[in-house]
Amino acid sequence: MKEINELNFPDDVRYAKSHEWARTEGDTIKIGISDYAQDQLGDIVFVELPEVGDTFGQSEEFGTVESVKAVSELYMPVAGEVMAVNNTLEDAPEKVNNAPYGDGWMLEIKADNPAEMDDLMDNNAYLQTLKG
Amino acid sequence: MKDTLGTTGLIFNESLLWEKGKKGRRGFSLPRRDVPEHAVAKKLEGPGPDFPDLSEVDVVRHYIRLSQWNFSVDSGMYPLGSCTMKYNPKTNEVQAARPGFAHAHPLLPQHLSQGALQLIYELEQYLTEITGMDATSLQPAAGAHGELTGMLLFYAYHKSKSAPRSKIIVPDTAHGTNPASAALCGYRSVPIKSNERGVLSPQAVEEIMDTDTAGIMVTNPNTLGLFEENIKAVADIVHAKGGLVYGDGANMNAVMGIVNMGDLGIDVLHLNLHKTFSSPHGGGGPGSGPVCVGKHLEPFLPVPRVIKQKNRYVLSEDFPESLGKIHAFYGNVGVMIRAYSYILSMGPENLKKASQLAVLNAAYIKERLKGTFHLPYDRPCMHECVFSDKLQEPYKVTTLDMVKRLMDYGFHPPTIYFPLVVPGAIMIEPTETESKEDIDLFIESMKTIAREAKENPELLHAAPCKTKRKRLDETLAARKPCLTG
Repeated sequence: MKEINELNFPDDVRYAKSHEWARTEGDTIKIGISDYAQDQLGDIVFVELPEVGDTFGQSEEFGTVESVKAVSELYMPVAGEVMAVNNTLEDAPEKVNNAPYGDGWMLEIKADNPAEMDDLMDNNAYLQTLKG
Repeated sequence: MKDTLGTTGLIFNESLLWEKGKKGRRGFSLPRRDVPEHAVAKKLEGPGPDFPDLSEVDVVRHYIRLSQWNFSVDSGMYPLGSCTMKYNPKTNEVQAARPGFAHAHPLLPQHLSQGALQLIYELEQYLTEITGMDATSLQPAAGAHGELTGMLLFYAYHKSKSAPRSKIIVPDTAHGTNPASAALCGYRSVPIKSNERGVLSPQAVEEIMDTDTAGIMVTNPNTLGLFEENIKAVADIVHAKGGLVYGDGANMNAVMGIVNMGDLGIDVLHLNLHKTFSSPHGGGGPGSGPVCVGKHLEPFLPVPRVIKQKNRYVLSEDFPESLGKIHAFYGNVGVMIRAYSYILSMGPENLKKASQLAVLNAAYIKERLKGTFHLPYDRPCMHECVFSDKLQEPYKVTTLDMVKRLMDYGFHPPTIYFPLVVPGAIMIEPTETESKEDIDLFIESMKTIAREAKENPELLHAAPCKTKRKRLDETLAARKPCLTG
């Protein structure tokens, strides 16, 4: 595992306490897990995601991620309807380890209330919680 | 450090049986036909299964060689937390191999199966007495099946009150199978966090317990190896709202003959005969996961049940409120015979002593290794103790690296990365099996590994180096599993 200062926390996404990130991209919001989350989990071997069209409330469980160590739940940073799912993770779950904010994205959603993005933390606030 | 257990020796390569076979080789001769020859129906003809042709010695050497690559509780300490890998006395095998038991068949008429039925009947009574409950069913096939049976009992109970419920409370220190068993029965599991002392707080239960909650599933001692000291208060809260309390008895080895589960307010408890009551496990079974219940749940136990009628043992289906059958025939009888043998050869005092020694051994390890490894909950532990790799983090050495290295010293790795409430968990359960000398050697090995972590982390990243197979790529195995021979 890495030191916190070796991890990457870009400023164009916002972070949830449960270690997911959300990025506004035009009309939709992209969702994935943070560099800290993937590093803590270790090598990811399976990602279970919902179907396009499913809807979830904020903080509701939308899937699971399985690493060599453990299975963890994934929680919605903002409420909304799933518009797209990163199906490439089925055959290449390592993308979550290699590019958590890029190719390792998980969902694209249409937010019920885009203002919920304000409930999330910016990179500095998130970093503070990690240093705890 | 004294000589370590782990050393190197001549280990044989061994190929797959399919690669070894040679056409026409065989390991047995068929007896001479003593019935007239009869043609097989055309529709039953076809190519046979793809079995290799092997001689007896081919097969014997194959399995002996594979067993030499392996590790077992017969060869060394197996401190696999929450799995209770205790030594299995050989007398249990002798009893199970007696022809009367070994040749018994579940389709034999009951009057020819009195021995097996008597054993089932008496074992149920013993387990009822040991746990302090009121009745027992031996049908469930293993622990998780016992949990499912427990959940079905919850359901049957609430249904009998004409008030089915939809949720089950499961603490974060429960066994991982608990929420799955609840879900399989159609319940939604509601997680609850343990407090800063690593146990359940009655307040937290009070906050979420309601009249739509069927009950709570508690593992006691929990997976941190801590006794749930508030269990009685928690049970009172759950009962006050009409709920039931499920006890996961997988950790019963800590409290056998000491804690009366009925007095604690437990309504259903499952046991793992293959853990606490010493029948071999770890190779995928078979297990046995009896459920013990209070009086109020007895009518719902699975059928058939063995009852005694005028000195005869009979199988009875006459329990109209029963949840039905949950296993073909009557459960895994072979495991029951071993457990029965274990209980009778130990006797009440020694069963209790086994638990006391199991707790003492874990407490000794906890005290001796605390400081060398981070101990997240520094409190008196029961039969297992949980460390983490926090002190080794600066050297970039993880729990996985350290336990892999433990193999080189001749010990089976403990349970790792569980419970989830401790990141990088190392969960050690020595059981009562080990002598002080062997435990000291284990402690010494762990301390040596901690030193190696500081001085030579590369060694640990590559460990194990003395085993037949070195460090395996677990990630690749999980991502691209190869499941064919």
